[in-house]
Amino acid sequence: MRLIKNKVELNGSGTVTLCPEEPEDMWHAYNLIRPGDLLRASAIRKVTTTQDTGSTISSRVHLNLEIRVKNLDFDPQSSQLHVGGQIVNETPHTKIGQHHTLDLELNRNFTLEKEIGANGEGVGWDSIAVQMLKDAVDEGGNRRAEAVAVVMQEGIAHICFIGQFQTILKQKVEMSVPRKRMGGSEHDKGMSKFYQTTLDTLLRQLDFNTSITSMTSSEGVRPVLLASPGFVATSFQKYIQTVATNTPGLKRLLPSIVVVHSASGYLHSLSEVLQSPAVKTILADTKYARETKLMDDFLEQLRKETNKAPYGPREVESAVDQGAVGRGGGILIISNRLFRSQDVAERKRWVSLVDRVRDIEGGEVRVLSSDHESGTRLDGLGGIAALCTFPIPDEDFSDED
Amino acid sequence: MSRHRMKTVSYDDDFDDDGYDSPEPEEQEFLEQCTKEVLGQLRSGEPSVTATRDEVQEALWHYYNDVEKSVNYLRGKKAKEIQKKQTPPATAKPKVPAYPIPPPTTSPQIAHFSAAEFFRDSPWLNVPPHRKADILVEPLYPRMGLLGGAPESGGKVSKLAALAAARKKKEGEKTPAEATPAVATLSADKTPETPAAEAKPSPLSLRERLAANDKPRKPSNGISTLRSLGKGSPAPSPLKKSRPEPAKPEVPTEPGPEEPVENGQADHKEKEEPEVNIRAPPSGFASTIVGDSTRPMMTEPSHLHSNTADLIRIYGQDLTEPFDFAGPSPDDVVVNAQSSAKGFKSKQPAAKSAGDKKAQGDLAGGMGNLSVAEKVNVKSKNLDVLSEYKKSNRKKSANFVVIGHVDAGKSTLMGRLLADLKAVDQRTLEKYKREAEKIGKGSFALAWVLDQGTEERARGVTIDIATNKFETEKTAFTIVDAPGHRDFVPNMIAGASQADFAVLVIDSSTGKFESGLKGQTKEHALLVRSMGVQKIIVAVNKMDSVQWDKERFDEIEQQVSSFLTAAGFQPKNIAFVPCSGIQGDNITRRSEDPNVSWYTGRTLVDELETSERYSHALDKPLRMTIADVFRGSVQNPLSISGRVEAGSLQVGDELLTMPSGEKATIRSLEVDGDVSDWAVAGQNVVLNLANIDPVHLRSGDVICHSSSPIRNITSFTTKVLAFEHLMPSMVDIHRGRLHVPGRISKLVATLDKGSGAPVKKNPKIVAPGSVARIVVEMDQGVPLEAPTRVVLRAGGETVAAGLLE
Repeated sequence: MRLIKNKVELNGSGTVTLCPEEPEDMWHAYNLIRPGDLLRASAIRKVTTTQDTGSTISSRVHLNLEIRVKNLDFDPQSSQLHVGGQIVNETPHTKIGQHHTLDLELNRNFTLEKEIGANGEGVGWDSIAVQMLKDAVDEGGNRRAEAVAVVMQEGIAHICFIGQFQTILKQKVEMSVPRKRMGGSEHDKGMSKFYQTTLDTLLRQLDFNTSITSMTSSEGVRPVLLASPGFVATSFQKYIQTVATNTPGLKRLLPSIVVVHSASGYLHSLSEVLQSPAVKTILADTKYARETKLMDDFLEQLRKETNKAPYGPREVESAVDQGAVGRGGGILIISNRLFRSQDVAERKRWVSLVDRVRDIEGGEVRVLSSDHESGTRLDGLGGIAALCTFPIPDEDFSDED
Repeated sequence: MSRHRMKTVSYDDDFDDDGYDSPEPEEQEFLEQCTKEVLGQLRSGEPSVTATRDEVQEALWHYYNDVEKSVNYLRGKKAKEIQKKQTPPATAKPKVPAYPIPPPTTSPQIAHFSAAEFFRDSPWLNVPPHRKADILVEPLYPRMGLLGGAPESGGKVSKLAALAAARKKKEGEKTPAEATPAVATLSADKTPETPAAEAKPSPLSLRERLAANDKPRKPSNGISTLRSLGKGSPAPSPLKKSRPEPAKPEVPTEPGPEEPVENGQADHKEKEEPEVNIRAPPSGFASTIVGDSTRPMMTEPSHLHSNTADLIRIYGQDLTEPFDFAGPSPDDVVVNAQSSAKGFKSKQPAAKSAGDKKAQGDLAGGMGNLSVAEKVNVKSKNLDVLSEYKKSNRKKSANFVVIGHVDAGKSTLMGRLLADLKAVDQRTLEKYKREAEKIGKGSFALAWVLDQGTEERARGVTIDIATNKFETEKTAFTIVDAPGHRDFVPNMIAGASQADFAVLVIDSSTGKFESGLKGQTKEHALLVRSMGVQKIIVAVNKMDSVQWDKERFDEIEQQVSSFLTAAGFQPKNIAFVPCSGIQGDNITRRSEDPNVSWYTGRTLVDELETSERYSHALDKPLRMTIADVFRGSVQNPLSISGRVEAGSLQVGDELLTMPSGEKATIRSLEVDGDVSDWAVAGQNVVLNLANIDPVHLRSGDVICHSSSPIRNITSFTTKVLAFEHLMPSMVDIHRGRLHVPGRISKLVATLDKGSGAPVKKNPKIVAPGSVARIVVEMDQGVPLEAPTRVVLRAGGETVAAGLLE
């Protein structure tokens, strides 16, 4: 995402103009834009005018519309963001108060305004929003590291793209492979058919050019991680090699394939994949690798029952109150799902908690992407957890809730 | 097909059929006289008309040889025809009422002359009316209306009307300008009381012909009119001119030029007879496509029907199937009545037509079977499966799963067992041995009996479960050989879910036992126990590698039994057998090695036979987890296998597969490889299914009866024994072959192991070895119900096993 214009006031209100450049930027926009914000973007609207005679003419017009955001709809698979709301600026074709859904497009600027009302009803550009904006605007251009992972087992393959902030399940291949039977070769047949389908799907998702002319192209191939329990991934790699002997264009893909072990063919096995040494060397210092490491540390503490690893909203707040998440290793782990809450008070609660840990307690705050495997794990724990500097007594919150 | 030959044939048939009843010679002479007189009067009268001898005779017959009346009648008729000929389809209408038209025919036809009525029982009935209108493109309109009348109106006149419609259509095609009015008035044709405007000639002439023609021929036949209508008996040629000849270019067998000649030579019967019979039967194509069941059963196929059939049937009857072909067609009824009335006349042709009908009916049926949504109907014998089962008195049967750490020698041990019990023939074994040695894995030859997969053989490790059967005198056993490798624990779970008891194979060689105990020996034992297996036989394998050292055996026995007791096995249900899979000692035969003299217990097979009969929930609703979906054979393109967990099933049952919710029918089934009509819980079955698409079936799906279906759930509460730390996290849920992702969403409480009372509510984490109540959620609906045993795994380790609540 490119930052075109930044006019954020000291009090936290202000406008920002951004230009999304790649699909993942839509995800950032999804996190930045909140209900109540003002969003200005170009739109195509069907305008119907009634003539004096009563006949109607409808035409499509390009407009620059500003809407007050009411809801957001994000489709992670196609990275499309639809923002619905009521129009606030007047144009020759629309009236104020009409509803419109803006479809944000790549390489088209949009302007986002967050206000702080006189009575503080809006949240404006709070610390989290500013942090997100920083994350979104990639100044160094150094977060290109991406990988494609195929997590598979017999008959099931998940093809997903691992980005900086998102793991997108692109496609799931599911096939009924006959089991081995006495004197039957159906299993082998079924497996090679499964490999073939998976490879075709993978190449389609990669937009991989298998023609011979592509041999000379210098475009890089993203690392492809093949992960499975047992020998499925190895066999799949072998299968690709066999196919590559006939389709030379495929040879380009071969060096970027890494086979790793995973416990199952389901997506949550991805954490094991990302922790494997082979993958770590390829995707050394990416955000999700750090996040995964953090979650593992946390779970380790939890397992050891050191009482230094509370999770869940109440528990963590109580730990922060006791000052356990502070200087000297206190880490607040929070999923960005919490910041997407529709409820302003809810968001304020978390933002203030984050600010407090960071600014007052001196602890570290890690915002995990809920679209990553680690974030999903965190969401399972209630979206928030903490690593404390000292053990805190186990309180019983069972009365509430 | 040669048209000419057909022509002759039909002529002969006709002749046989309508042959004269050999009247007395005096009568004949009198008739001859009268005929001559009538002909003469006709010719001399004003206007002069010609009539065929036949016609005259018919008229005479009708008027009881009253010459005057006959002359009047014929003159009137001829005059009308001439008129008609001059002013084509315009006039000639008003006469219609004069002809005997069975009154009932009219009203039903009118009633049915609507699209809604016509399509009443057609499969696409639910099409909204405004849509139907689209189907009724105009040329189709008369056809359908006329046709639609056919099934209900006794076939007779509607056939004629249909013919008329067909002709009209042809006419219309010839002169498109005229088509529309002609079409429009066609419906009116059929109502005698409506003086239809025009377009009348063809039906009219037809009726005329029939009326005029039939009577003289069958003086004795009271229902001749009817009959002639039904049969479409040939019309005398002079009347043909009334037919719009040019409109029938596709009937070349009726040469136009012939007609004047015939008119002139009215008394030349011989000449006109062949002409009369130029009536093409339906072409082979038409009858094949269309089937003949709806056609009147003619002794002789007539052009009337050939004309209608090809045009109409294709569009109408057979596709819409307005009446089932079960009963005799209305025409049949008439033909039967005729043949009973004058049996001697039509016996032969009737028989012939019956055969004809059958063949064509078959064809029509065959066409019906080709429809897209073919439904296989399997008749259920409606057996009382439970009483059948009690009667059957089968041999005691048991499934056991072979478990243990990787490379403990499970497959080899079972291969040896099968080989020694002659469940595998020697030749196959020799072959395996050769092949195994070829790739340098000679010691794996026995394991190849069960490891059939190419990858399994290449790598020397079992990947998936393999089942095999063998029998002793008392019991029929099914071996489920499970993989030992930790990556394939899901497969092992699938195997263990089918087992009544377990055989734990332990590698006794130095170091291997110890590593196994930490690895899958432990995990497998815990898993089978938590899946409800009570009895376990420990085969201490590879004893030959430690020279049958008794101390080693005792050490292993002591360690393993303490562990197994801790896991919840009762000491009386644990048995130890020292053996060697590769050599075959203490498996089926006692070891002859002097070093083994210290062991006096049972061999492995003897130990297996101590297993008691296992009872299964026979009277519960049917439940069966699909272990495999495969193509059985050409006859059975879709088969599933598995073990019936509860209830019973039989051939013809309609099954419900969950989670897809699709229905299937059992075409046939096999129990332990033998074809059977039914199966009950505890049996290993192969079901050959019909009426379901394979995409709806996956291994792990549950089969049940739609009367008591299993529900798909997305969340369940379970009481689990934790093997690892439990916290809200992602897990894999296993139940037999079923393997789905899910997550522990809530730890409800830790429970006291003995009493089951809650110890601590909402724990943050559940320690290994403790019992807890947890809530598990899944993304998609999964067929699970209490009380089912599930296994939760995460990161390649079994974290918990429990029982649904």
